[in-house]
Amino acid sequence: MRTWIGEWLIGLGRIALLSRDAIASCLTFKFSRRDLIYQVYFIGVKSQSVVLVTGAFTGMVLAAQTYFQFHKVKMDTATLAVVSVSMCSELGPVLTALMVAGRVGAAIAAELGTMRVTEQIDALRTLATHPIDYLVVPRLIAANIALPLLTIESMSIGIIASYFVGVGLLGIDPAYAWYNMLKYSHNSDVMIGLIKSVVYGGIIALIGCYKGLSCVNGAEGVGRATTEAVVYASITILVTNFFLTLTLEQICVILGI
Amino acid sequence: MIETRALKKSFGPQLILDGVDLRIETGESVVIIGRSGGGKSVLLKHLIGLLQPDSGDVLVDGENISRMTERQLLRVREKFGMVFQGAALFDSMTVAENVAFPLERKGKYTAGEICTRVAKALEVVDLPGTEKKKPAELSGGMRKRVGLARAIVYEPQIILYDEPTTGLDPIVSDSIDKLIIRVRDHFNVTTVVVTHDMRSARRVGNHVMLLHEKKMYAHGTPEEFFGSQDPVVRQFVDGVADPQEILF
Repeated sequence: MRTWIGEWLIGLGRIALLSRDAIASCLTFKFSRRDLIYQVYFIGVKSQSVVLVTGAFTGMVLAAQTYFQFHKVKMDTATLAVVSVSMCSELGPVLTALMVAGRVGAAIAAELGTMRVTEQIDALRTLATHPIDYLVVPRLIAANIALPLLTIESMSIGIIASYFVGVGLLGIDPAYAWYNMLKYSHNSDVMIGLIKSVVYGGIIALIGCYKGLSCVNGAEGVGRATTEAVVYASITILVTNFFLTLTLEQICVILGI
Repeated sequence: MIETRALKKSFGPQLILDGVDLRIETGESVVIIGRSGGGKSVLLKHLIGLLQPDSGDVLVDGENISRMTERQLLRVREKFGMVFQGAALFDSMTVAENVAFPLERKGKYTAGEICTRVAKALEVVDLPGTEKKKPAELSGGMRKRVGLARAIVYEPQIILYDEPTTGLDPIVSDSIDKLIIRVRDHFNVTTVVVTHDMRSARRVGNHVMLLHEKKMYAHGTPEEFFGSQDPVVRQFVDGVADPQEILF
């Protein structure tokens, strides 16, 4: 038990140090612009299909389930409002982040882990290149750019899909549904979602990079690093989401947004 | 000049190096031999700061690198080139991109200069025309040559070789040995080779060191070393297993 806690704390400390070095390196602009663009393409563009399908079906099922419950109390036209607020502040950012953690977090850990066990990371260091500048920073910045954009896509497609299900399939009055949606959805919901997505981008990139860079024991180690990167990133996203929701909602209340 | 003083290193409970002292003069060609798993590669990685010692010092041109941060070490490593046991080529890049990598990272060369230097480095290692190939398309010997081209392209003062002939047939091993000698003479660099290949050790080095029982056991010129009557040195040079270690 003590060993497990000790290792967990050591891991946490190392991720904190990696984050510090990565942020310091970001500020010095030592990373390659070409690598950054490639990573934005890999993390952002290539993840779109997964994120769009997830967002669309989440919006659709949320609309159907909300309608079934609200219909009992004759509140059918509030369905899209519930979907919109949920997609913007919670489901959009969290589901996008979880899907990207599965796709990109795993890929980052596997790539860096393989580089580590085949001494490519050591080769980088001998060529007077800091692995954080060359490998971590482009991925971190790219994830921070790509996640908010993907989240916007997820929010939009979720709301559009829920509109078609609600209005087209379940027969909700489109004018009232649209009016209520705009009435109960606020800019703050979208802002909260986007702030969360930036944080989740950082979590995915840093945990993926940490697990890859600290990978040992050959192919088996790469497999373990990949699995752990996805599991730890997903859990961290879900736990962080709770605290971010409480904190950001409180900030919005204080600022009166 | 590279110097280690009372270098100690352990991984977990396993002690690997127990007070290693060595001195490599500028321009010298040193071969470090020892048994597999005896800590030769670990020692080599200390010389370039890839590993930090538990205690003791590593001095490069009088500068103690054993307590430097990774970022401070980057400056010191510009003096070094290193050829890894498995070549450690970046598999996402072509041969030319691999060799050009250190030049591009420096950011002070034009595309034309980089192209010329890459072609010249590949010519030195007898691999002209392979620029567009990926590392996966190359044989083990060719990969090591590309690794060497990448290490010499920025003309370092010291080149470290980690088991350069391991896993290669005698003919390719011979060509790698000749290449090491050619690079040494052509660029006038300090050379440190870690190997357990006696033929290679005899040819490449003008100074041979034996790492035994976690310490630097013996050193001397190849003539002195290979003529030594010390039982430990003889056992290693002649490749005779200790009867007590043979398990039936």
